[in-house]
Amino acid sequence: MSDPFLQVRDLKVHFPVRTGGVLVGQYTPLKAVDGVTFDLNPGETLGVVGESGCGKSTLGRAVLQLIGATDGFVSWLGTDLTSLNKKELIAARENLQIVFQDPLASLDPRMTAGDIIDEPLRNYRPTLTKADRRKMVEEMMERVGLLPRMINRYPHEFSGGQCQRIGIARAMILRPKLVICDEPVSALDVSIQAQVVNLLMDLQRDFGLALLFISHDLAIVRHISHRVLVLYLGKVMELADKSALYATPRHPYTQALLSAVPIPDPTKERNKDRILLTGDLPSPLNPPSGCVFRTRCPRATSVCAETAPVLESAGEGQEVACHHWRD
Amino acid sequence: MSDAHMSEGRSGANLSVPNADALDKAADVEGRSLWQDAFRRLQTNRAAMVSAIVLIVMAFVCFVGPVLVPWSYEEIDWDILEAAPPNFDTGHYLGTDSLGRDLLARILQGGQVSFLVGILATSVALVVGVTVGATAGFMGGRVDQILMRFVDVMYAVPLMFFIIILMVVFGRNFYLMFLAIGFVEWLTMSRIVRGQTLTLKNKEFIEAARASGGSTAGIIARHIIPNVLGVVIVYVTLTIPQVILLESFLSFLGLGVQPPMTSWGALIAEGAQEMEITPRTLILPAVCLSTTLFCFNFLGDGLRDALDPKDR
Repeated sequence: MSDPFLQVRDLKVHFPVRTGGVLVGQYTPLKAVDGVTFDLNPGETLGVVGESGCGKSTLGRAVLQLIGATDGFVSWLGTDLTSLNKKELIAARENLQIVFQDPLASLDPRMTAGDIIDEPLRNYRPTLTKADRRKMVEEMMERVGLLPRMINRYPHEFSGGQCQRIGIARAMILRPKLVICDEPVSALDVSIQAQVVNLLMDLQRDFGLALLFISHDLAIVRHISHRVLVLYLGKVMELADKSALYATPRHPYTQALLSAVPIPDPTKERNKDRILLTGDLPSPLNPPSGCVFRTRCPRATSVCAETAPVLESAGEGQEVACHHWRD
Repeated sequence: MSDAHMSEGRSGANLSVPNADALDKAADVEGRSLWQDAFRRLQTNRAAMVSAIVLIVMAFVCFVGPVLVPWSYEEIDWDILEAAPPNFDTGHYLGTDSLGRDLLARILQGGQVSFLVGILATSVALVVGVTVGATAGFMGGRVDQILMRFVDVMYAVPLMFFIIILMVVFGRNFYLMFLAIGFVEWLTMSRIVRGQTLTLKNKEFIEAARASGGSTAGIIARHIIPNVLGVVIVYVTLTIPQVILLESFLSFLGLGVQPPMTSWGALIAEGAQEMEITPRTLILPAVCLSTTLFCFNFLGDGLRDALDPKDR
């Protein structure tokens, strides 16, 4: 890695939540993302996995500064996005785009597909003529697998998969360098999921994009990612190359997650020993002391309650935050 | 619908579709917007369509009619000088009022004032209310607090008191009345728009707009306002009759239009004084006013059904 492409250092996003107080509210920070650090290289896909409410989506939005960071910094090609003012941030977003989870909700119901895909062009390429923009929109529609003649249709006239393609076309039309995919396929059914994921991989290859792929589906993350980041309660549990993570998961949480993935072979599926986690995700308002995972960890000891483990190298391209990963 | 599913059948990797060429040769598919959908639903609502037609006809007659009527609204027929019954020979098709002025001409002129007040005052309310409401709702925080507390204060000012003071200070100006009424009516409009904006603001497409480089003003203009317009249009059609009624009330109290100009409210006030002798002078403007209000309310109801099919 020569030039820093995207560097996220100790990123924290805390939301103040009112927990009491009659006239003057008492606020407790909800630590949605708490000290996340990672790098992303050009053309690379980083998968972000974790269960519901672990801060995956917040992390994605914080990287784009759609949600302000409480602490830490996001460095994009050497500039710290958290320090930019509104105008500079709008200029920086030209290369940073996002694809959302809910295909229909992410499209303005009063605009045609063409206008929706055209919107980034109108904002960032004001010198283009209408005809030029229309041509670019039509090309992009074709590229993502939509018929250009449907340019005048409205979102409610498309299926979920098609809406997601419109969302992808909108994100890709400026040829950005980084696209955040916030669970782009979880609202689609399985056959469409594969199409959309393949489309994203094609576009990545053709445009040389870096992707931050947020998902709770480990199988899809395995398919699309080069490296995988495992989040739990806003903290990084494990960060590793895809092959290493899926072959030798070091963190007990990663191991539990992977053992929950069903194997499409009934005999193997019946005989595999599954690590069952007990209890629920602790409240992020009041996270456990020390290691946040210790309340559900099968290997937790007294040291886990006292000190929080830091990410340490566990072999080639693998980092893990656990006191007991060697056991 | 069939071609909507066509492109779904292909995989992301392989984009060639066997019959895509045939489809591509056809013209662009014209989408049907939510507005067009709503208009079609409105067209099936007979009461609303009849109301709309009646309103258009009434407005047309009020603005074009005076050209065809032999008497003008301020002309006194010195041969009569009293409330005369309809007489086709003298050209008083609906008779005259107590001063011998042609009643038909006066009703038409009154209608002009009422329609103008309805439309202009509502436009003032619309522009101010939507701007303030969308800004307050979208920006949130301190801007929201300041704007909404200002609205609260304005709500607390007694309406009649406010208008009377305005009229006294600035004199009875025809256009001032539009402003005064609009100034009062925008309060509710801004509340409604703010509420709608709050529900829209956290939708993903607003976030998407921000990610595609939209500025705050741009997002309000391009995304928030078109999406609140449905509710706003319904409220506008229900505000117009309120405004007309308010103007009539002001004119009834003598605070509205100045003689010899008149409005339906002023005509009703004059007619009420002589209703025992010539009920015609009360009934005719009253019928015009109530028909208009009735039609506006029906149209508003129909629009609400058409624009929000989920609520039916």
